[in-house]
Amino acid sequence: MAHYVPPKQGKFSQLIDVVVLVALTVGALFVPLWLNLAGSSKSVATPVEAPTWEALGQNTVQAAQYEALGYTPETAHDLILSRFDYSFTAGALIVMIVVIVAYYWLMLKFSESEYREVISEKFGGK
Amino acid sequence: MADFDITSGERDGMGPHGTKVGLLRVLGPAHVWALGVGIVLVGEYMGWNFAVGKGGAYAALIACWFAGILYTCVAMIDSEVTSTVAAAGGQYTQAKHIVGPLMAFNVGLYLVFAYTMLEAANAITAGYLISVVATMTGYTGELDQRPFIILVIMFLAWLNYRGVLATLTFNLVITAIAFAAIIMLFLSTSGILGGGIMQHAALFEGHELPYGWIGVLASMHFGLWYYLGIEGTTQAAEEVRSPARALPFGTLAGIMTLLIAATLTWYICSGVLPWEFLGDGVNGSVAPLFDTARLSGSNALIWFLGFGTLFATLASANGCINDASRAWFAMGRDKYLPAWFGAVHPKYRTPYRAIIFLVPIALIFALGAPLDQVITFSILSGLLEYTFMPLNIILFRKKWPMGSIKRGYEHPFHPLPAIVLLTLCGITFFAVFLGYGTQLVAMIGFYIVVSLWFHFRRYRYVDRGAQFTMPWPKPQGY
Repeated sequence: MAHYVPPKQGKFSQLIDVVVLVALTVGALFVPLWLNLAGSSKSVATPVEAPTWEALGQNTVQAAQYEALGYTPETAHDLILSRFDYSFTAGALIVMIVVIVAYYWLMLKFSESEYREVISEKFGGK
Repeated sequence: MADFDITSGERDGMGPHGTKVGLLRVLGPAHVWALGVGIVLVGEYMGWNFAVGKGGAYAALIACWFAGILYTCVAMIDSEVTSTVAAAGGQYTQAKHIVGPLMAFNVGLYLVFAYTMLEAANAITAGYLISVVATMTGYTGELDQRPFIILVIMFLAWLNYRGVLATLTFNLVITAIAFAAIIMLFLSTSGILGGGIMQHAALFEGHELPYGWIGVLASMHFGLWYYLGIEGTTQAAEEVRSPARALPFGTLAGIMTLLIAATLTWYICSGVLPWEFLGDGVNGSVAPLFDTARLSGSNALIWFLGFGTLFATLASANGCINDASRAWFAMGRDKYLPAWFGAVHPKYRTPYRAIIFLVPIALIFALGAPLDQVITFSILSGLLEYTFMPLNIILFRKKWPMGSIKRGYEHPFHPLPAIVLLTLCGITFFAVFLGYGTQLVAMIGFYIVVSLWFHFRRYRYVDRGAQFTMPWPKPQGY
């Protein structure tokens, strides 16, 4: 294989590459946050009016620890009763699996073609 | 067998091209241990407790041990490959030699983002801790944490800029103190020294598995936080005096230390703090070991754990800056990123441009995103990296079978660790999907876009054959 001579990259072109990479990074990580699509939030399904430790499902030891931490039944209400919702659809699960598998497939396929060039140039016919 | 022998003393002190130039080789096994444990130990001081919130205290323990198995596989696989591919960049350099350039580019980015996000999470925790200390010492207003977050990141970046030996010696000392604080809290609260305050049975009563078994699966997401970063030991490969000995020893000693620390941490905190409080790392317990010390009634323990938490966050952020900058530097040196980043400081022999460049990136996330989101970004990058590792070791053994090159360490039972690791990664992807599916898809979408950018634009600047720097024979099948 003929030796590949890469073009020399100018300073401005290097700067553009860095800006593109940083913009993509910040976008990928912050866009879900800005669109309020990030992470599962907890919610209280059945609020308790005039809460007591018993009504919040706390025994005497659990209640004593909450009080030692500075909580009252009122201030601990949301902390104790809020729960995640783990329900999901089969469609969403399938989309996730397809995205992950497609990603690794893409990686391995492109990497393999690039790797063959590297080995061919490094070792030649040896 | 190739002439090259990674285990020979002749190779010690040499750069990746067999030359004496490059980063300074001054580190020993204790520094490798400090780098790995130093990055991770903060995971016992904060963040792991989100696993309690996802499934309850028992679920967090199960996640702790299954994540421990996952990371034991990571450490075994990593020790074999990195004791043979002894160059800066760690898994990035491994991927470059074993899988191919695009995979290497992606792995390099996983490393940079996992460590930079972890660094941001550490700075957030340090800022929180300082605000708590201010309140405890009589300050009545709302302390602005942002100056402290900025100060932490800037100070540690400066330390990294000045030299690796001072940086990791600093890490060795503060990591040892942070680990001793966990041991002391365990001895003091479990009844071994004085009266015990553990009440596991009463605190778990009625809340054994609040979400059932799906909660156990969901806990695996944050179960990774107990150990995330131990694989960073490989980043020191080009700066240790004897990579074939120091890297496996430091890495495997590190994972053993963390398995003990993680189990002790769960035992201490779950026996004192109610699970709903413990499991909410934003509105409840941000620093659970510190909160446990506060309930112990001992001022000495409160201060010891306060310093332990602060030291753990500093050690972790310090190690993260070290590792992220090495990965960024290595990619710049290979022109996977602009070559400007591939410079070594003429006096301090550190990758100073990479160190400086990553400071504002860390600040953006430390100042602009909530803790659980920052942790999730870090975990997702780590998870993608761990999924690459089984593929990496299988290809490594296939392309260079045992006996074709000399390995510093050979991990046993191959391919069982690779299969176990891949299975546990699959389970963790499902756990992440249960709560943070949008971020997962957004992040993989990002990696697909930058991969296309790399393949069709950036790769033109890369010298094909020069990327392969290990003096190995031609891989089998090519």
